[in-house]
Amino acid sequence: MKLNYFHQSMFKQVLVSNLSVVLVALICYASINYIGYHSVALLLLATVSVLSIFFTIYPVLSAAAMSAIIWDFFFIPPHFTLHITNSEDALLLLMYFVIALTSGILTSKVRELEKQEFLKEERSHTLRLYKTLFDSISHELRTPIATIVGASDNLLQKDVKIAEKDKLELVDQISVAAFRLNRLIDNLLNMQRVESGMLEIKPDWCEVNELINSPINRLKSELVGHNVEVNIQPEMPIVRIDFGLIEQSVFNLLHNEVLYTQPDSTISINASYDGKNLIITIADNGKGFSEEELKLLFTKFYRIAVNKTGGTGLGLSIVKGFVEAHNGTVKVENNTPNGAKFTIVIPVETLMLQDYMDFSNIAVKMNAQYETLTETYRPKQFGKIKDSTTDNSEE
Amino acid sequence: MNILIIDDEVQIQKLLEITLNNNDYHTLIASTAKEGISTAVIHPPDLIVLDLGLPDEDGQSVLIKLREWYLGAIIILSVRSSEEDIIRALDNGANDYLTKPFRTGELLARIRTALRQTQLNPTVQKLEFDNLSIDLTSRTVTLDNESLKLTATEYSLLTLLAKNDGKVLTHQYILKQIWGPGYTQQSQYLRVFVGQLRKKIEPNPNNPKFILTESGIGYRFCTKGEE
Repeated sequence: MKLNYFHQSMFKQVLVSNLSVVLVALICYASINYIGYHSVALLLLATVSVLSIFFTIYPVLSAAAMSAIIWDFFFIPPHFTLHITNSEDALLLLMYFVIALTSGILTSKVRELEKQEFLKEERSHTLRLYKTLFDSISHELRTPIATIVGASDNLLQKDVKIAEKDKLELVDQISVAAFRLNRLIDNLLNMQRVESGMLEIKPDWCEVNELINSPINRLKSELVGHNVEVNIQPEMPIVRIDFGLIEQSVFNLLHNEVLYTQPDSTISINASYDGKNLIITIADNGKGFSEEELKLLFTKFYRIAVNKTGGTGLGLSIVKGFVEAHNGTVKVENNTPNGAKFTIVIPVETLMLQDYMDFSNIAVKMNAQYETLTETYRPKQFGKIKDSTTDNSEE
Repeated sequence: MNILIIDDEVQIQKLLEITLNNNDYHTLIASTAKEGISTAVIHPPDLIVLDLGLPDEDGQSVLIKLREWYLGAIIILSVRSSEEDIIRALDNGANDYLTKPFRTGELLARIRTALRQTQLNPTVQKLEFDNLSIDLTSRTVTLDNESLKLTATEYSLLTLLAKNDGKVLTHQYILKQIWGPGYTQQSQYLRVFVGQLRKKIEPNPNNPKFILTESGIGYRFCTKGEE
C-alpha cells in the first residue's frame, strides 16, 4: 500500500473514489427499507474514510462532496430535492461535511509526511553512495598521484645522488601509477555507460580465442608469477557479441584475480559453447569468499576486506552491466576444493567455420578464381609442391 | 626527417619534442588547427602527428582538409578511444591511431612504420617477415622455406595485409578490397578467413605474431622486427 498513490493519475483516483461512493449509495438505496437513511450517512462516511487511506486529498474531497449531495438528494426527505426540512437533518449534513473534510485533510498531511520521509531516505541513500564513491575515487586517485609526486621529487633532488638502479625503479613506479590512474578513468567511464542506461551493444562476429587471449596479453606484466591455464573447447564456433564489452569483462575478472590472489596461484580460464550459450569461467585456487562476500560481490563500490588495494569496487558491477546488456548472466561461487569461480553465460548466435564451405564457393566464383574447397578446409596440410591455385588467380 | 606536431597541450608538445628530437627527428610545433595547416603548407613535413581535440577545429575535419593534398604520413594521437572515432580517422586517411596515454616506444615504432609505408617502393617483388616470405611475382608464399598452399582468397588477404605491414586496416576496408563493395557488412567472412590464414602461417594461432587483431577496428600485420 505504501506510496501506491504516487503511481495513479489524479483522474483515475477521482474516478475510482466517486464510483465507489455511487456504488455504496446504490446498495444503500436498494436496502433503504431495512437500514434507514441516517445509517446511510455513516456508511457513506465510512466509504470516504476508507478512500482517504488510499488516495490523495482532492479525490477524497470530491468523494466527500459527491456523497453529501447524493445523501441529501436521494435519502433525506423530501427525496429528489436538495431541500432539507428537518433541522436535525441539516445538522447531520453539516457534521457530515466537517467529518469528511477533516478526514481528507488529515490524510493528506500523513501523505505529505510519508513522502518527505521517503525523499529523505532516498537522499541519504544517494548521499551514502556518493560518499562511498568519492572516498573510493579520491583514495584511488591520490595513491598514484602521491607516488608520482614523491618519485619525481626524488628524481629532481639536486644535491642527493641516487643510484642508477633506484632511479629506474622510481621512473618505473611513476609509469605504473600513471597507468593505474588511466585504468580508473576507464572504469569510471564504463560505470557511467552502464549507469546512464545508454549502453548500446554493437555485436559483431568474433573469435573466442581473441576474446580470452587479448585480456591475458593486456595483463601480461601483472600476471607474471601466476599460473594461467587457458582451455578453449575445440571446434569453437565464432560468436556474435560486442567484443569490446565482453573483452573488458574478462579483463576485469582477470584483473580481480591479479589483485586478490597470491602471486603463485593458478588461474584457469575456460571457454565453451553449450549449443545456446557462450560460457566463460575464470577460477582460481585462492582463498575463495565468505557467504557474505559472495552475496555482495557484484554490488557497486563493494570491496572485500583484504590488505592488497587497487580496487574501486567498480570492476565487477561493470562486468555485470556489460554481460546483462547481452542478456547474459554472471555469477560467482566458491570452487572445489578451494578458490573462487566466476562464470559468464551469454546467449549467442554462432557460426562454425565449416558453415562457410558454401560461402567460400561463392567467393571463388565471384573472383573468377579456381579453388579446391577440400584444400581450403584442411588447414594443417601444407603442400610442398608449388601451389598451382595461386598461380593462375588474378589478384 | 621533419615531423609536424599539431597539439594544443604544452605538456604533450614538450614530451613529443624531447622524444622525437632524441630520436633524430626534426620537429615543428603547431597549437591550433589553423597554425597546423599553414605550417604543413609552408614546410611540408614527412609526417604529421595530429591531435583530434584542437581548440579551433575538430581534428577529423583537419585530417580531411590535410588529406586533400598532403601525401605524407599522418598519425592521430588522441584521448578519444572509441572504436567509432578510430575507424572514422582511419577512413579519413590517417595512417595510424594512438590513444593517450601512449608509450613513447610504441609511438616511435608507429612513426617508423608510417614513414616506411609512405616511402614504399612500388616495384617491390618480395615481402619478407622472419620465416615468412611472399613472392609477389610468382604468387608463392613460403614459411620456413617450405611452400605454403593458400587458396586465392587467403593469398589476396595475406598480401593485402602484408603490403600494409604495420598499418591497421579496418574490417570494412579489407572486405571491400577482397570481396567487393557489396560485402562490407559481412565481417564473418573475414573472421573465418583470418582464422584459416592464421592456422596456416602462425606458429601459435591463439597468440598470433603476424596478423594482429585491433579489437573492434580491424587487423594489423606485424611490423618488421618490432613484434
